[in-house]
Amino acid sequence: MYLIVVAIGIYLLGGVASFLSGSSRRAAMAFGVGAAVLGAAAAAIPAGMALAGGSVEPIRWAWNMPLGSFSLAMDGLSALFVLPIVVLPALAAIYGSAYLDRAKSHGRSWLCFNLLAASMVLLVVARNGLLFLVAWEVMSLSSFFLVTSENEKESVRQAGWTYLIAMHLGTAFLLVMFLLLGRENNSLDFENFTAAGMPSVLFLLAVIGFGTKAGFLPLHVWLPEAHPAAPSHVSAVMSGVMIKTGIYGLVRTLTFLGPPLEWWGWVLIGVGVTSGILGVLLALSQSDLKRLLAYSSVENIGIITLSLGVGLVGLARGNMTVAVLGFAGGLLHVVNHALFKGLLFLGAGAVLHATGTREIDRLGGLIKKMPWTAATFLIASVAIAGLPPLNGFISELLIFVGSLKGMVALGSWGPAALLAAIGCLALIGGLAAACFAKAGGVVFLGEPRTEQAAKAHEVPSAMLIPMIALALACILIGLLAPLVLPWLSEAVAVAAGLPVETAHAELSGTTGLANGMAWAGGAVVVILGGLLLLRRRLLAGRKVETAGTWDCGYVAPTARMQYTASSFAEPLTEVFQMFLRTRREAQLPTGLFPREASLVTHTPDLFGESVFRPAFQGVKWLMGRLQWLQHGRLQLYVLYIVLALLILLAWKLG
Amino acid sequence: MNEPIDGLMVLLVLLNLWLLASSRLIACTRIVAAEGIALGLLPLLLSWDQGISGRLWFIAAASVIIRGVIFPQLLLKALRQANVQREVEPFVGYSLSIVIGVLTLAISFWLISRLPLPETPHLALLLPVALSTILIGLFVIISRKIAINQVLGYLVMENGIYVLGLALVKEIPALVELGVLLDAFVGVFVMTIATYHISREFEHLDADQLDSLKG
Amino acid sequence: MTMNSTTILNLALSVVLAPLLPGVINRTKAFFAGRKGPPLLQLYYDLWKLLHKGAVYSRTTSWVFRLGPALGLAAVLTALLIVPTGGGSSLLGFDGDLILLAGLFGLMRFITVLAALDTGSAFEGMGASREVTFSALAEPAFLLGLAALAKLTGSLSLTGIFGGLTVESWWSAAPELALVAAAMFLVFLVENARIPVDDPNTHLELTMIHEVMVLDHGGPDFAFILYGAALKMWVMGMILVQIVLPAHSGTWLVDLAVLLAGLLSLGVAVGTVESTMARLRMVRVPQLLVTAGALSVVALVLVLRRPV
Repeated sequence: MYLIVVAIGIYLLGGVASFLSGSSRRAAMAFGVGAAVLGAAAAAIPAGMALAGGSVEPIRWAWNMPLGSFSLAMDGLSALFVLPIVVLPALAAIYGSAYLDRAKSHGRSWLCFNLLAASMVLLVVARNGLLFLVAWEVMSLSSFFLVTSENEKESVRQAGWTYLIAMHLGTAFLLVMFLLLGRENNSLDFENFTAAGMPSVLFLLAVIGFGTKAGFLPLHVWLPEAHPAAPSHVSAVMSGVMIKTGIYGLVRTLTFLGPPLEWWGWVLIGVGVTSGILGVLLALSQSDLKRLLAYSSVENIGIITLSLGVGLVGLARGNMTVAVLGFAGGLLHVVNHALFKGLLFLGAGAVLHATGTREIDRLGGLIKKMPWTAATFLIASVAIAGLPPLNGFISELLIFVGSLKGMVALGSWGPAALLAAIGCLALIGGLAAACFAKAGGVVFLGEPRTEQAAKAHEVPSAMLIPMIALALACILIGLLAPLVLPWLSEAVAVAAGLPVETAHAELSGTTGLANGMAWAGGAVVVILGGLLLLRRRLLAGRKVETAGTWDCGYVAPTARMQYTASSFAEPLTEVFQMFLRTRREAQLPTGLFPREASLVTHTPDLFGESVFRPAFQGVKWLMGRLQWLQHGRLQLYVLYIVLALLILLAWKLG
Repeated sequence: MNEPIDGLMVLLVLLNLWLLASSRLIACTRIVAAEGIALGLLPLLLSWDQGISGRLWFIAAASVIIRGVIFPQLLLKALRQANVQREVEPFVGYSLSIVIGVLTLAISFWLISRLPLPETPHLALLLPVALSTILIGLFVIISRKIAINQVLGYLVMENGIYVLGLALVKEIPALVELGVLLDAFVGVFVMTIATYHISREFEHLDADQLDSLKG
Repeated sequence: MTMNSTTILNLALSVVLAPLLPGVINRTKAFFAGRKGPPLLQLYYDLWKLLHKGAVYSRTTSWVFRLGPALGLAAVLTALLIVPTGGGSSLLGFDGDLILLAGLFGLMRFITVLAALDTGSAFEGMGASREVTFSALAEPAFLLGLAALAKLTGSLSLTGIFGGLTVESWWSAAPELALVAAAMFLVFLVENARIPVDDPNTHLELTMIHEVMVLDHGGPDFAFILYGAALKMWVMGMILVQIVLPAHSGTWLVDLAVLLAGLLSLGVAVGTVESTMARLRMVRVPQLLVTAGALSVVALVLVLRRPV
């Protein structure tokens, strides 16, 4: 356990050293990246031990704070989150060393980056409410500074404010939740928490508070603003692991609340289904690559939440198979999403680095200029679309099988929510495939649509190596499912509040599934190899020519004639127009020889536009009405204070 | 005799969904006619085991003739005379209508499962389907523009009430059943005349535009 | 394990006979049109011819375009390994393999779509866009239909499901099974690019879906695509046939005969649909798919109603 403290220390020291390096770009980078990598190595050891079932000595130091204690512990659940939390920043830091602008020194950025990593690690091993909240706030603030690192841009400042406000509103709910728990139990130590009294209230507070961080719809509005604004390696960390701390918090809170009620599961399934479907639809209709990825994170958080909901329904109904499969699927998806979404953001960053634009419709044909980026991005696309034989499919398979088992085994009406889970998960899968066929296909395939895209170049190897590592992880988890699943049992046991033996036994029930997947994945690979060999032999000695794409009689095809991302998504956005409200501004061709025509489509965030904006406008109006109180005269302000004191005294003593 | 009843109920569900998916007024009218004929058979199937009295035959025949033949003919005639466009013109799209139809079915199953009802096997499907038919009838009335559709929705709703009645009351007194039928008959009669006049006055049957009547 | 020899024999038969199914459909259509029509074995001739050709690749394309046909065929061949063939078990079945089946079809589609986008052709982009639209909407119908069967038979593997369905199931759960079969038939038509969704014989690129995505493929690659499509139709056909004709006589030959007869009738049915129906307007296709989903849901609701 001391290694965790050491890791946090390394992060902090490295960050501060990087900050103090001042104008020396090289030293700042070395400290920043070095700390991220070393810290990861130190923290990964106890996490690995905990996942393997070994016990890790907890730490408990006194802390000079009311109700606070510096207690840390590492159980399976913490360990499962610690691993991606340290690995992804390490890779992102290596990537960032080449990604960040070479002209400037980035000491401040590295300080915040390492602070973010340290606070996330502290957060998932903290066992005291106050410590948890402190880590939570450090995480929010350091990521706020990272989001606003390019603060000379107006849009970035805007995104930063949205993010900050959303985070604080979320934290307010958490504060209330921890206060209630503390009042019940006279302690803020997690080990003393029992939810006597009102578990349902605590549950709802946790869903809202942690949901804001995780990006549950409709609390997700900060996400599509903040992620694109941050530098890409930071977006990868934020989207890959930081929003998962919300999931961690929710799961950890569930362990305080005693036996779950069935409707909690329904709530989570409902939240998951809405976030999943609307998230992927909004992703599908975006034209900014990083915004698309941000919305896709909302979708994946939805899948994870839905899965936790399935697990809760299983627990509430006393069906341990369903419970274990639900939690296992959700937790595995946490790890998987960290891998492929991290990779996708790094890939998007590489594209931005090489072309200077994130607009999908201005890209194209990058696969020839950036073969490695393209290959890794496409692998991640297959994985995130939940297609076999990669890792995304494995976690979705567990969720599906959990829901199906629940539907088959549970009484006649309980499964209705599971039914919704199955149908919606299937729809999400189909839509996600469409979304990433669009993203991967339009950006990397075909012909470059603009000068910028045509002049792209492959990124340096410091950026490629992290991407290749993540892509390999996606493939290996997919093909080696039988080796991966047993590692989940410790985490699932903690999350579901079951004995490790039960979780382990139930997970061994999935051996058949995991083996079957390994066989099927192997079959795909072997048959593919055979077919490629067959084709090579067939074509050997025959004429293999290259020509232009068949153009149906057009004399001079241009790259502008290619199908664009917006047109690719149009049929689906049309079907779901009701939820998307895509706006079009068209200048139609007129006359016999039309000169110019244009079509602009834009999909605003339904909730941002029609819920939060009016709400905040209302608040602003209300505040405006109170403006007469503010006149800038010191004497009157003092009068207010005196009046307030008098009233309070009168109320207390009267 | 459970399987045929179940089959008939599933048929009713499918006809309801088909009605929601159809874009042609004439097709909608025919679907409602088909529902009427199918439901005419229901009392016969329900009392098949006990033997069928002459009165039951009469009710079934009257039901088939009135629901399956007379109402649709009246409506088709009104359609021809009013010379309206043949599209349904929904406020709510066809796909969404189907989804809502399925949802009403699920909700009805859930609601009925919460009701304290005698456990009789043939009721298991009859009641929820009846409830969902009533809801779908209401939905048709709400979600479609052309006035003929309001009549159709009303008829579907009446079909639902009829099934509900058959399911809950062991044997509907002939008088009550005839009364219901007569009610519907008068209703349809009045409504077709009204739609005819609406269309003659306004040259369309857009119920949406009736608000131009208010001062 | 004793089943293995017959399972492998059945698999081999599927691999060999799959290209017959499009032949049956085309013969039926020729019969309705009063034409002589192409020979029953036409697809075999086409495949033979294509496998002996060289290849022409577009300058625009990359390795994705060359990977597409082979990976698509590999996915559908793997799918064949998990679907039971007539009364037997599958080679690779496990609890939850029905999801894998949907996933493998998804993989085949995804790589075909990417290969289409790789050509840079607007036509193929359009086809790809339509393909992902319709398949995204078909996915829930397919999985919910299978889920209804899973609940009915209490099994999560395709082998268990189709082993659990018997002629008696049709006696006791006719409405449910009929609804699932109807939904599956619609999904079958959509996934295999048949009328009323897509017209395999259309000559105008603007109206195509599946055909337009593979315009630029030729030679052995195109042979892989044609064979993969035939095999996909065969696999989905087997699912449909085993719902409608659940034969478990215990005699290998009888079960096989029932399966083949069922597939033959399916071919005739599809041919009849294509000869007697017009193609739907593109905007109406989602409605058809929602209908398929609705049928699956109604079937599931009916199944759930049964006492456990």
